[in-house]
Amino acid sequence: MVERTPILNLFTHLILFLGFVFCIAPFAIVVIAASHSLKEVNDVPMSLLPGSDFWVNLQTAWTTADLGPKLFNSFVMAAGVAAGKVIVSALTAFSIVYFRYRGRTLIFWLIFVTLMLPLEVRIVPTYAVVANVLSPYQAILDVTGLSWLIEKISGVEVSLNLGLLNSYTGLIMPLVATATGTFLYRQFFLTVPDELTEAARMDGAGALRFFVDILLPLSRTNMAALGTIMFLWAWNQYLWPLLITTDASHATAVTELKQLIPNVGGMPEWHIAMAGTLIVMLPPLIVVVAMQRWFVRGLIATEK
Amino acid sequence: MASITIRDVKKSYAKAQVVHGVNLDIASGEFVVILGPSGCGKSTLLRMIAGLEEISDGTIAIDGKVVNKLEPRERGCAMVFQNYALYPHMSVAQNIGYSLKVAGVAAAQRNQRIQAVARILELEHLLDRKPAALSGGQRQRVAMGRAMIREPKVFLFDEPLSNLDAKLRVQMRSEIRKLHRRLGATSVFVTHDQVEAMTLADRLVVMNGGRVEQVGTPAEIYGRPASRFVASFVGAPAMNILEGVVALDGISLLEGSRRLPMPRAGLPVGTKVAMGIRPEAVRMVDPGAAGAVEATVDFVEELGAGRVVYVDLDGASFSVVTSESAHPAPGSTIGLKFSPSDMHFFSSETGARLDFFVASLPEPVV
Repeated sequence: MVERTPILNLFTHLILFLGFVFCIAPFAIVVIAASHSLKEVNDVPMSLLPGSDFWVNLQTAWTTADLGPKLFNSFVMAAGVAAGKVIVSALTAFSIVYFRYRGRTLIFWLIFVTLMLPLEVRIVPTYAVVANVLSPYQAILDVTGLSWLIEKISGVEVSLNLGLLNSYTGLIMPLVATATGTFLYRQFFLTVPDELTEAARMDGAGALRFFVDILLPLSRTNMAALGTIMFLWAWNQYLWPLLITTDASHATAVTELKQLIPNVGGMPEWHIAMAGTLIVMLPPLIVVVAMQRWFVRGLIATEK
Repeated sequence: MASITIRDVKKSYAKAQVVHGVNLDIASGEFVVILGPSGCGKSTLLRMIAGLEEISDGTIAIDGKVVNKLEPRERGCAMVFQNYALYPHMSVAQNIGYSLKVAGVAAAQRNQRIQAVARILELEHLLDRKPAALSGGQRQRVAMGRAMIREPKVFLFDEPLSNLDAKLRVQMRSEIRKLHRRLGATSVFVTHDQVEAMTLADRLVVMNGGRVEQVGTPAEIYGRPASRFVASFVGAPAMNILEGVVALDGISLLEGSRRLPMPRAGLPVGTKVAMGIRPEAVRMVDPGAAGAVEATVDFVEELGAGRVVYVDLDGASFSVVTSESAHPAPGSTIGLKFSPSDMHFFSSETGARLDFFVASLPEPVV
């Protein structure tokens, strides 16, 4: 629709601009604060002109919070979650959309229900499971009396234990197990014409072959979009890494930021905190910029 | 090349039965067209041959081997789909060669065969393009190439021309015909377009409501339709049908308002029959001519080479195809004449053809 409404155009652009300023302002303040010295950053009001200590502050933040390994941890976790999601969701959606089997609807709804039970809601049981992955099985054995039976017969006490605290697996797995990606794929798979599936069958491709050769290449944009969203989401996770990483060697960059935030009674080193924030913000920003084109295409339309 | 034998094949979904016991023998190398209105089960039958639909009951055998339980790839059929179903992310060459790739044919040999197929279909200059960059006719050819490259025993076509414009359709039709002559593979072609069906078929199968109405050469189907449905479905404009009742002195048509007495040849008085006559077989004469019935012209359709005159014959609508220069005005009265040998009779009850008239029909007397 082409309309010629100069006044309305001006008005809408004004609103857009205000929105932009509103969004960018906190970010600008972070950058400016990160460039001040300890004295300048604590001036009231703080000067909105950039200071000269930007690089020094970045270096201080980097060494103080030991950001190198932490960023690496964050990256492993975010990439792991993104990759896991992209793969697992594609497989589950493939199963739900393309196969007719007993209990399909039940599985569909079970997956759907997880949408209503995010990690924060089930964090205590999830923690218990990650602390000992085998604990549910232990519980089953104990309740049914099987462990007692086994102990009586073999003399071996049944005590299953597989802890995932302070491990990448423990960090990643619970975050992978959510349904959002499955539904994104499902919606896309439903738009793939049946004839394409049948053509592949006529060409002799089995289910897996069809999935790999036809379906996955067609969902490239979806995968990019989902991967980007999940990378950002996992990168920004705070509660779960905080809970599960008792050892600093597995802490992520986002949780380690708190090291930089001044304690009550400590030095008000906000410039260092801001500099650290900038560093931690950077990788997701790069991912978004790099993936933006794919990301938007994946969310709005399917490739014709 | 392979023969196809279809025995008592039925298909039902949940409660609805869509194919009711079809029997059909397709000879090796034959081009068979299945014709019918939408929803008559023709596509379902084709898909059962292909292995895309399960066969609820009965058997389908290809080359004498029952294929009911075989996967599509094991049946040696190739299929051309209505919407082409090209893989959008693959180039033309990859599309054509995909089945060979799945079958594990080495790349060099694969390319050779892709080239050979592309040469036949004149696709050589398009091999690197994606389907999105092709015209409808080109996509159609790629879909054919994809079917051809496997050198299948049986070609299956599921209304492959219905998405093309009229001119291209005629062109692709003759190309398919040529291709069949060249490859000689058994072909089953499903369509609802009777012109397509008549021009392509060695043998025509007319289906309606999940049943086979008639099997025969196009000329047989046109000349001796086995049922009222076939009579009205094949031919354009459709065959004129007049309801009638067997009377003592013949058959009284148009509820007795006008009698076209015919010999009744052994049917009990009162039996309801339908008389059909092709618009091409009706002659226009002056009103009042000997042996003519009078009718009022409703409207005239110009076809260039001739015209279709739609008339009202005592409340029944009737059409006449004429190539004469006469151009009757709407509202005018004309006379119609038709000879008994052009008439077809069908039982009003079952719709089946009644054949006894043909042998012993004298000229009707008015």
